[in-house]
Amino acid sequence: MNRFSDRKFVIAAIFIFIGVVFLLRLFYIQVLDDDYKLSANNNVLRYVTQYPARGLIYDRDGELLVYNEAAYDLMVTPRQVKDLDTQNFCTTLGITKEVFIKKMKAARNYSPYKESIFEKQLSAETYATLQEKLYSFHGFYVQSRTLRKYPGLIAAHTLGYVGEVSEKYTQENPYYKSGDYIGISGVEKSYEKELRGKKGLSVMMVDVFNRPKGKFNNGEYDTLAVTGQNLVTALSAKLQRYGEQLMQGKTGGIVAIEPSTGEILAAISAPSYNPNLLVGRERSKNYGMLLQTEGLPLFNRALMAYYPPGSTFKLINDLIGQQEGVLTPNTSYYCDGGYHMGRQTVKCDARHNSIQLRAAVQHSCNTYHCYVFRSIVDNKKYKSTEEGYQVWRNHVLTFGIGVRLYSDLPQELKGMVPSVQYYDKYFGKGRWRSSTVVSLSIGQGELGITPLQMANTMCIIANRGYYYTPHIIKKVGKENLHLSKFKEKHYTDIDPKYYDVMIDGMQDVVDIGTAAGSKIKGITFCGKTGTAQNPHGKDHSLFVAFAPRENPKIAIGIMVENGGWGASWAAPIASLMIEKYLNDSIATPARHALEKRMLEGVIIMPKK
Amino acid sequence: MREQGGIFKNLDPVLVALYVLMVIMGWLNIYASVFNDEHQSIFDFSQKYGKQMLWICTAFLLAIIVLIIDGNFYSAFSYPVYGISIISLILVLFIGKEISGSKSWFRVGEFGIQPAEFAKFAANMALAKYLSNINIKMTDARTKIISVALILLPILLIVLENETGCALVFFAFILVLYREGLSGNILLLGTAAAILFVLALLINKFILIGIIAGVALLLLLIVRRNRQNLAIIFGALFFASATIYSVDYAFSHLEPHQKKRINVFLGKETDKKKAGYNVNQSLIAIGSGGLSGKGYLQGTQTKYDFVPEQSTDFIFCTVGEEWGFVGSSVVIILFIILLLRIIFIAERQRSSYTRIYGYGVASILFFHLLVNIGMTIGLAPVIGIPLPFFSYGGSSLWSFTILLFIFIKMDAYRLQVLR
Repeated sequence: MNRFSDRKFVIAAIFIFIGVVFLLRLFYIQVLDDDYKLSANNNVLRYVTQYPARGLIYDRDGELLVYNEAAYDLMVTPRQVKDLDTQNFCTTLGITKEVFIKKMKAARNYSPYKESIFEKQLSAETYATLQEKLYSFHGFYVQSRTLRKYPGLIAAHTLGYVGEVSEKYTQENPYYKSGDYIGISGVEKSYEKELRGKKGLSVMMVDVFNRPKGKFNNGEYDTLAVTGQNLVTALSAKLQRYGEQLMQGKTGGIVAIEPSTGEILAAISAPSYNPNLLVGRERSKNYGMLLQTEGLPLFNRALMAYYPPGSTFKLINDLIGQQEGVLTPNTSYYCDGGYHMGRQTVKCDARHNSIQLRAAVQHSCNTYHCYVFRSIVDNKKYKSTEEGYQVWRNHVLTFGIGVRLYSDLPQELKGMVPSVQYYDKYFGKGRWRSSTVVSLSIGQGELGITPLQMANTMCIIANRGYYYTPHIIKKVGKENLHLSKFKEKHYTDIDPKYYDVMIDGMQDVVDIGTAAGSKIKGITFCGKTGTAQNPHGKDHSLFVAFAPRENPKIAIGIMVENGGWGASWAAPIASLMIEKYLNDSIATPARHALEKRMLEGVIIMPKK
Repeated sequence: MREQGGIFKNLDPVLVALYVLMVIMGWLNIYASVFNDEHQSIFDFSQKYGKQMLWICTAFLLAIIVLIIDGNFYSAFSYPVYGISIISLILVLFIGKEISGSKSWFRVGEFGIQPAEFAKFAANMALAKYLSNINIKMTDARTKIISVALILLPILLIVLENETGCALVFFAFILVLYREGLSGNILLLGTAAAILFVLALLINKFILIGIIAGVALLLLLIVRRNRQNLAIIFGALFFASATIYSVDYAFSHLEPHQKKRINVFLGKETDKKKAGYNVNQSLIAIGSGGLSGKGYLQGTQTKYDFVPEQSTDFIFCTVGEEWGFVGSSVVIILFIILLLRIIFIAERQRSSYTRIYGYGVASILFFHLLVNIGMTIGLAPVIGIPLPFFSYGGSSLWSFTILLFIFIKMDAYRLQVLR
């Protein structure tokens, strides 16, 4: 009817062609290509982390050392903020308008749709007033989180602290996300895995403004947060607290260990700090302040500071001598007030004349121990000084000196026992002899031992030849700790029979010897004083002991910087701690006077 | 024998059924796209689906009115209707309410009316009226000029209102002109120009002209160099260069957001946050539907507002996400059946007015389908025009209803028309 009528086919063809193109395209994006399904999930699903409560930490008697306290962070989702009464808001929070603008800008820069922290850890008062008004501040809400609290104010170094995980660590360990908290030192660090529990995940659906719209698939993919495990530490809060009180006004470190188990009863580093300072929003400020504080309170002397062990080391030297067959309890040397090597003399405190081993320990005779050392190193068995020295050194290392003990506290250092190579380098190969390094025998020279190692040597002597790796942990969760590494006996290479004479000597030290002023009524115990030469100032006061002599319950190593003689500060403080730990109280008026003197005593550190 | 058996006699059942089906499907998808747990009553007029329910009821009423009116009316009153439409397009420029940069709405309380939507069927009526004139020949220059003028006038006014997308729809009438005898070359030329247009945006104009000149040179070597061929080749070369230059010029004078949209569409810019966001989110929503969809009211992308304009221009996303490939295919096939049915019916008319009008209806619906779905699946640039019968909005639904039902009415009336 129309000469262009055939054109209907062209037009129909165009329609059909476009329809087919659309169908093909839809088939591609809907059926063939899976990318869009993934993007859709990314759009709509938010993975909300559920933070578990961190485990609590107790002392061996059940005293709570660390718990969690609720803290409140004010969160903001900038896109949802509207009709805000800024004046009222700022007054409630106690911030200025400028601060408000700055924080809002920061939050918006992070993301207009996602929540970020507007104000960290509101104070209790602020939270209370804010909570009443919160309904009118759209876009703001309060998220509770937990902060560590240290009610006893003790054992700051040992318990350690918790802080935000570093960016670098989050890359190494995918469990942690930026902003997560992690144990940074002490028990908090060593037992991070146990304490932190397990984060839970809830998969939420959100709309384009990131508003939650309910659980995805009715929570089928959610995992529950698992609360961190509680820890029971080996610490005795009573002993720890008493030790810290005694160390007030002094600088130094004390470690006390139960010899029969290796459990660390106390680890004191003075000066200390209030562990609550390193919690919460003032943390970095306080940390900076503590870094600047004189006496380096952040430095954990109990584990990290090493000093020449002084006369306390003579015990080990004597044990090695016996094992090497060059010393018996009856061996006697003549002391004329010093040990002479050519023009040089190692002085002795007194003229002990002819003296035997037990007495040499009691009187801490330098001369005697120099002879012992030389008899070991210059033994004809060995071809050279180097070889002799190497044998001596190897014995020393089995006492856990100069090596890491691998306790469960971080930061532990290995101390120092100079190697042959060290002396070769220092003096030149073949240019040193036993006399050159003889001061090692009396614990001077290059030797370095931490208070932890000092206490551990006492465990060895108390146990007559072995120690358990010192550890702070007693129980994880409800389980008793069965970590095999803490059940294993580490033997020295000294025969147990050689310990008896040393123990006798050490008892004499306390009963009638250098530490006689620190005798405890009713407790027989063994100890050894030491004085570490200090080129920078007054000598350091050292003492090692274990008590009671039979069936020992506590081994202790203490170092008081610039305290002078071992008997003047270290021995009395150690004896008071032993008495307190074993008897719960200090018995006699004389001891009370000593306690008072120790508590009030202040040792001013020399200006360096 | 007029109007025997009432107004519903002789109505084409296929068209009416398709219309009702699409409107219902549209409403169901609007309900899904704004569905939330707080407002569940389907008559909640604060919600879009509540309003759309109102629009649908009134659209049915309009359809009945269109069917009641005498069949002679439309042909007879084509020019007055066109005139009124043009006047309202001018009026809205002065007293219209500005909504997001476009001055194209009359506001009546809660509801708005957009005259540009109604200009579509008005222009269609006028064009049909003009071309159905017995003395008209498409080959005449005069005919071409007047038809193009009839189309260009509303385009101009709508562009002034800043509704470029809506104005583009009128270019669909080129199909009507083609059916009525416009040279097929112009259709080809149009297509060529469109391709050239896109290329001009993608490639440096000098390189592009160089390539075309190279092709021309090659043709010169191959074909016989008679006068006609030379004229065609040089004419085409001139035409191409002119197009490229004008595209370049026009593009540099576009608004920044328009430039950006075009660049994003062409893949020259990737901007998933702003201009590309719509398309990207739309693709995610449709693509995540899979073969059979996530189920009615289960679409997460559309339900949680990731897709902007999801109840209006991007309504197809809801279809794609919740009904999957199966549902999308059904919608597209329904549309193609509708278009083919319209052509089939148009071709059986004795009245050329009805035939031409029918082609106009098909062309307009086709253009909407092409651009709207093309845009949601990333095949066409983002141009904000609705999907007929599906998209939320009273003006567009009313306008499409009137557009279609005038055709249905006249088809029903065809037996009364004397040749």
